[in-house]
Amino acid sequence: MLYREALNKALDEVMRADDTVVTLGEDVGLYGGSFRVTEGLVEKYGEKRVIDTPIAELSIVGNAVGMAIGGLRPVAELMTGSFSLLAFDQIINHMAKLHYMSNGKIILPMVVRFPQGVSRQLGAQHSESYEQMLSAVPGLRVLSVNDVNYAYHALKYAILSDDPVVFIEHELLYNKKGEVDFEQKCDPFQARIAKEGKDITIVSYLKMMDDVMLAVPMIEEELGCSCEVIDLCSLNPIDYETLSKSIKKTSHLVMVEEDHKTGGYGAQVISWAAEKMFYDLDAAPLRLAGEDVPIPYNRTLELATVPTPESIVRDIVAWGKKNEL
Amino acid sequence: MNKLVAEDMYYLMVLGRAFEYAAKENYMKGNISGFLHLDIGQEALSVGAVKAFEKGDIFSGYREHIMAMSRGLEPKAVMAELFGKSTGVSGGKGGSMHLFEPSRFFYGGDAIVGGQLPNAVGCAYARALQEKEEGVMVIFGDGATNGGAFFESLNIAATHKLPLLFLCENNEYAIGTKITRAAPFREQAKKAEPYMMTYEVDGMDIEAVYKVIREAQIQIQEGHGPVFVEAFTCRYEGHSVSDANSYRSAQEMAHCKAKDPIKRFKKELQEKWMCTNEEILSIESKAQKTVEDAVKYAEESPDPQSEALFEHVFYEEHTNVVS
Repeated sequence: MLYREALNKALDEVMRADDTVVTLGEDVGLYGGSFRVTEGLVEKYGEKRVIDTPIAELSIVGNAVGMAIGGLRPVAELMTGSFSLLAFDQIINHMAKLHYMSNGKIILPMVVRFPQGVSRQLGAQHSESYEQMLSAVPGLRVLSVNDVNYAYHALKYAILSDDPVVFIEHELLYNKKGEVDFEQKCDPFQARIAKEGKDITIVSYLKMMDDVMLAVPMIEEELGCSCEVIDLCSLNPIDYETLSKSIKKTSHLVMVEEDHKTGGYGAQVISWAAEKMFYDLDAAPLRLAGEDVPIPYNRTLELATVPTPESIVRDIVAWGKKNEL
Repeated sequence: MNKLVAEDMYYLMVLGRAFEYAAKENYMKGNISGFLHLDIGQEALSVGAVKAFEKGDIFSGYREHIMAMSRGLEPKAVMAELFGKSTGVSGGKGGSMHLFEPSRFFYGGDAIVGGQLPNAVGCAYARALQEKEEGVMVIFGDGATNGGAFFESLNIAATHKLPLLFLCENNEYAIGTKITRAAPFREQAKKAEPYMMTYEVDGMDIEAVYKVIREAQIQIQEGHGPVFVEAFTCRYEGHSVSDANSYRSAQEMAHCKAKDPIKRFKKELQEKWMCTNEEILSIESKAQKTVEDAVKYAEESPDPQSEALFEHVFYEEHTNVVS
């Protein structure tokens, strides 16, 4: 099953079981969704529950908030995270805060699906990552999806949850293949150990997880060691317990992310490790992130802005050798 | 309207004004802090519109104390919220600008100019889908009509023919900027005309407000789509208590206060509804007493416990939800 099919299946199943679930966004209906995640749903559930909206992001999220107040379970799709900035007032001032400001009286069971990231030459205004901003907002659950199995289970969880969830997808992952274990009981807030190892803990999420997994065999060969790779899955809250267990075992920490390095999401993981895991670490942690530049159009330049499997191998091997791993 | 409704509305207007003056006094004493937006002068609009829109959901902005009380929120719980006390409408965590009571379909309480508009549109969408009759009313100021959220909301509400009543309280000032300095005309209904039926009403005349909102609510219930009502009104105080109101001349203020909605409606009560002086005095003293009790209640109520800080960030514990 493909990543986008897993998301589609989750949406389909929940919409079939609960007629208060609606989905809205630009071209989610007749067009089938920009990334085909909502394909076929309008035929099954009609235009009133699969709602094509104007290109007006503030209203997509703002309307979803109102729908949730009115007793629906809306799943809003933003065409790309870069456009979400037009909706940030509604995401932060409304979606995240109404429950708290009303002392729990307003409940917002809603999801904002958030495709993002550097794709293929889409330019600076279609390539950004905003998990660092979103996860810094109290009141939002922020999930990130790398894995096909997790895509299915986490989206079902997000829609059925009575809290507002930002559900981050990566634009390059929609055609990724994987298996879904439909019988599995999945805790969406638990980090996923993608590969076990004993010498280095590599933490990542979203598309960088795949690049890390490609890099790992070469890193292990060059350094003669074994890597444990952890997919964070939930970015807020963070499953520190899984991270802590792994770091205690390996004594080495590497964080790999796609967003810009300054103020980027991984800074939270590293700062936590510096505060809480300092004496468990045998070396200063390594953090690989995107460059502090807007994403350029030219393919060579674009590839140079974010970590790649090659740069991940090069940087981790250099760091490993320096630290006598 | 009948005599009972008229008396109730007069009570709420007098209560509202006394409440706002008491809030101002307690702001000066330091019992209330932050931003406090008083609704004095606009009582006809706040009371008349909310009473007329008997059932259905109401979304509003941050000048909403009187609307909240007109929707049945207890004055003492509203005052306690202004004081930041645990007994307040929002447990002391919302403040003056964030009064919510879903059990009364009142969603306050938004402090982002125009921010409530897309929420009201979404709620109206939900009501249409659920085939609920009452519809939704969203109240906002003239200032909100200059922002993008307003135009997006007109567009979507009209496209889907949503049961939504847009009520613009045009007091001609967006904080300190006169409407004609921020928009090309004084009448903001002009912006809605291409999308929906519009009405203009004298917002200082509670009977006129009541009548037009009743009519508009019937229209939205009949499935013809949204309606826009513009009520011209006047706030007597600054934008908030911390605004000295220096941008309006004494002459302008005098002109404004000459149309006082409470004096005007009191006359109506006497002449049209044959209320005796005793009846009116009894309403006024009941309102006064309610406000005094509300202040006392707020003063005596406890602050929130320290644990309240971490309550209601989320609805669910995050552990282990299985799919």
